Amino acid sequence: MSLLADDIKKIAHLARVGINDENMAAYAHDLSNLLGLMTQMGELDTEGVKPMAHPLDLEQRLRPDTIIETNQREKFQTLTPHTEKGLYLVPKVID
Amino acid sequence: MHNKTITELAKSLRTKEISSVELTQHYLTRIKQYSELNSYISVTERQALAAAKIADEQLQKTDAPLLTGIPIAQKDIFCTEGIKTSCGSKMLDNFIAPYNATVVEKFNQSGAVMLGKLNMDEFAMGSSNETSFYGTVKNPWDNNTVAGGSSGGSAAAVAARLAVATTGTDTGGSIRQPASFCGITGLKPTYGRVSRYGMIAYASSLDQGGVMTRSAEDAAILLQTMAGFDEKDSTSAQEVVPNYSENINQSLKGLKIGLPKEFFSEDLEADIAATILNAVEEYKKLGAEVKEVSMPMLKYAIPAYYVIASAECSANLSRLDGVRYGHRCENPKNLDDLYTRSRGEAFGAEVKRRILMGTYALSAGYYDAYYIKAQKIRRLISEDFKRTLTEVDVLMGPVAPSTAFGIGEKTNDPIQMYLADIYTIAINLAGLPAMSVPAGFVENKPVGLQIIGNYFKEAQLLNVANQYQKVTDWHKKTPEGF
Repeated sequence: MSLLADDIKKIAHLARVGINDENMAAYAHDLSNLLGLMTQMGELDTEGVKPMAHPLDLEQRLRPDTIIETNQREKFQTLTPHTEKGLYLVPKVID
Repeated sequence: MHNKTITELAKSLRTKEISSVELTQHYLTRIKQYSELNSYISVTERQALAAAKIADEQLQKTDAPLLTGIPIAQKDIFCTEGIKTSCGSKMLDNFIAPYNATVVEKFNQSGAVMLGKLNMDEFAMGSSNETSFYGTVKNPWDNNTVAGGSSGGSAAAVAARLAVATTGTDTGGSIRQPASFCGITGLKPTYGRVSRYGMIAYASSLDQGGVMTRSAEDAAILLQTMAGFDEKDSTSAQEVVPNYSENINQSLKGLKIGLPKEFFSEDLEADIAATILNAVEEYKKLGAEVKEVSMPMLKYAIPAYYVIASAECSANLSRLDGVRYGHRCENPKNLDDLYTRSRGEAFGAEVKRRILMGTYALSAGYYDAYYIKAQKIRRLISEDFKRTLTEVDVLMGPVAPSTAFGIGEKTNDPIQMYLADIYTIAINLAGLPAMSVPAGFVENKPVGLQIIGNYFKEAQLLNVANQYQKVTDWHKKTPEGF
């Protein structure tokens, strides 16, 4: 399976990762090679095998719905680069 | 002083032969002296000396924990409160964690002194430490070769005696391969043995924190501090933690060792195969029985791993969007531009490749062919291990098909880099514990022996490693000039 620069453009958009136009071909080349490696999986008959998502057969634990964390707004605000009057500043992104 | 074991240092600290402040200063001086190795991203000198001072006070008491006052360092993937936690990425170059990872918290509670944060491949994606935003780590055995990855800084720092011991993480071999390349002892525990809370996620179903030390004896002490159930990690195992140090002096008489024939194919360099088989001969002398085993599914481990790891990474790294923390691009035009440019500017090429691969494997129309297929193969690989480990107690083989390769040698060919993970990644897919133990040299470069154990049998692994280290001295070799 071979990917073209246009395919990379679409995938990069889905992933919201900016890729410069001049690098598209290189990514297409690398990803095509990777997909070639992955087609090896097709040799193996896996009919009826249950997919394994996780190495341990763990059950999802539950805990009582009690408060374990308190708000640490002031502490978090000292760690973020853009704040004003207790608010987090984000760029204007709505046209 | 920097060649002593943890037990010896603990004694020196208690007999006042040296104070923790002096010991910490000694290491801080060495870190500066050997800064060209690039093993540290941040050196936390002020905090380390303050912690050492407190440790010296604690050492006046008789019940101070064994690690009190011992200088260690953390891989920069573990969150440290008030200290930069970069994960080797430009994306988090400005990130100061507001809390401690459970692993960091446990070491703090044990009185250990943190010297700093160690260099690593960006978001732990890499096998040579060359993808780090902070530059390549040099191998102390040969400055022209890589230290391995992703925990390259952790391995180089231990080999060069720039920390008594370090932490690492292993998603596909990231503790064992750099340990092998740098001639140190590395242990990747069973998935779920060590808490992942505050350990920045790459591939959540594969990531596991572990230890990098100069010996199995030291590894037992470190694992004792790190291991255990953590309610803050939903995948933490509720298994009892045994006393590791008490269990590393058992006879190996009758131990059944399996050698997977797939680990000794023609891809393995002959000198490395010979080194590994020499180590196996030592085990025979110690009373172990050796037999060949076969795990035919191993050859599908690389494609299955790179589908699963890429898929999980593309999901995990989606939180890094330039909005809440991390790198943000200048003057975004709209929300899409903010996400796309922030991520495009801050992620390196390897991270981008894996995000793209993962996004593709999870996208509509390809999900079954790649992601589900890989998960099915994961089960078959896991069953291969489970079946084999009913026939033998441990498996042995190489860690990597070669010794440390040259800096820049594989950077232009990601596939070649991935293929070199052949002996380590299947263990992560199965979630088993495994170690790398120094077993000799090929052309003056260290070779690691890989020992793979059954689920939660870290005590047995450490014993198997320690018995070997009692009759060999490969783990005591020091690179020239350190």
